[in-house]
Amino acid sequence: MSRSDVLVDADWVEAHIGEPGVVLVEVDEDTSAYDGGHIPSAIKIDWKKDLQDPVRRDFVDKAGFEALLSERGISNDDTVVLYGGNNNWFAAYAYWYFRLYGHQNVLLLDGGRKKWELDSRELSTDVPVRDKTSYTASEQDSSLRALRDEVIGAIGKRNLVDVRSPDEFAGRLLAPAHLPQEQAQRGGHIPTARNVPWSKAANEDGTFKSDNELETLYKDDAGVDFSKDTIAYCRIGERSAHTWFVLHEILGLPNVKNYDGSWTEYGSLVGVPIELGDAR
Amino acid sequence: MSTDQSGCGAPAGGVTVTAEAAGNQAIVEGHVLRDGAPVGTGYARLLGTGDEFVAEVPLGADGGFRFFAAPGEWTLRVLAPGGVRTECTVAADIGQITKVEVAV
Repeated sequence: MSRSDVLVDADWVEAHIGEPGVVLVEVDEDTSAYDGGHIPSAIKIDWKKDLQDPVRRDFVDKAGFEALLSERGISNDDTVVLYGGNNNWFAAYAYWYFRLYGHQNVLLLDGGRKKWELDSRELSTDVPVRDKTSYTASEQDSSLRALRDEVIGAIGKRNLVDVRSPDEFAGRLLAPAHLPQEQAQRGGHIPTARNVPWSKAANEDGTFKSDNELETLYKDDAGVDFSKDTIAYCRIGERSAHTWFVLHEILGLPNVKNYDGSWTEYGSLVGVPIELGDAR
Repeated sequence: MSTDQSGCGAPAGGVTVTAEAAGNQAIVEGHVLRDGAPVGTGYARLLGTGDEFVAEVPLGADGGFRFFAAPGEWTLRVLAPGGVRTECTVAADIGQITKVEVAV
């Protein structure tokens, strides 16, 4: 993978609006954002209602993903272009799902909804109607997803990249500063983790930094060893999907996993080691 | 501060501190206005020392934003279409809601 295989810019999207075989999909944390105006022809995926299991803590299984994409009118052959708010956090999270379930042609709009809005590009409230399809997903690709026991086993052996803010990493906050802090789990980080906040990988307009800047950020500034396997985590796995996208899809590192259990799981586990304090 | 020029300030009537509403949170909230009217498209960013990114929210239809910060001094930066980029310094403390109006 490289940048041109996985990212498109707003001009590309504008030129492909309504083109058969290209499906624009908005994925947001604030799912009402789509209703207030979206890129013309885009459909919506609700990161919680559509992508999470409604009962247990996990995401939709293969059958659920197939049902979702079939119902939204997405075919296996379609080129899916994802974008969203929050600098593409949830769009990157959805992108990771599409890769997990084997969709071949999936792209991210560089800068997401923010860049589109700041450029004053057209937004529409028309909701497109797409014919249903019969989507077939692959079995989940376990090489892209880390579960808790693998994370514990990776302490001191693999790169652990904590992509939360420095205050969350140090244990002073339990959630990003635009969210309430009422959660009960312990604060801190997984021992030996490097702190590279996701935001350092993005420019102010939400676009990704250049390959050179990204390589310097992880390798030189943070000391991430590119010859080792890597697990990225955050609080619930969406910001770390953004970093997974950077490391695996843009920079093309081969063995990078997203730990979607992230701090809300790890910080509530009994008996696991936790480190407090700022990055060294 | 008047809203007929770019800048940040407390809303008319001064800063409202309602410890009960804030609980144990350190809240920074406010609105972004242009000529007194809400700016409904744009982003508020909370930055720490050295422009370290902390959080970002899209502005509400009423130009509103809210952060649950750690106590301390923060830079509040507003981005809006047309190349608007305005910032000011805000202080947050536990049990307080710090209110700020940003004029662009």
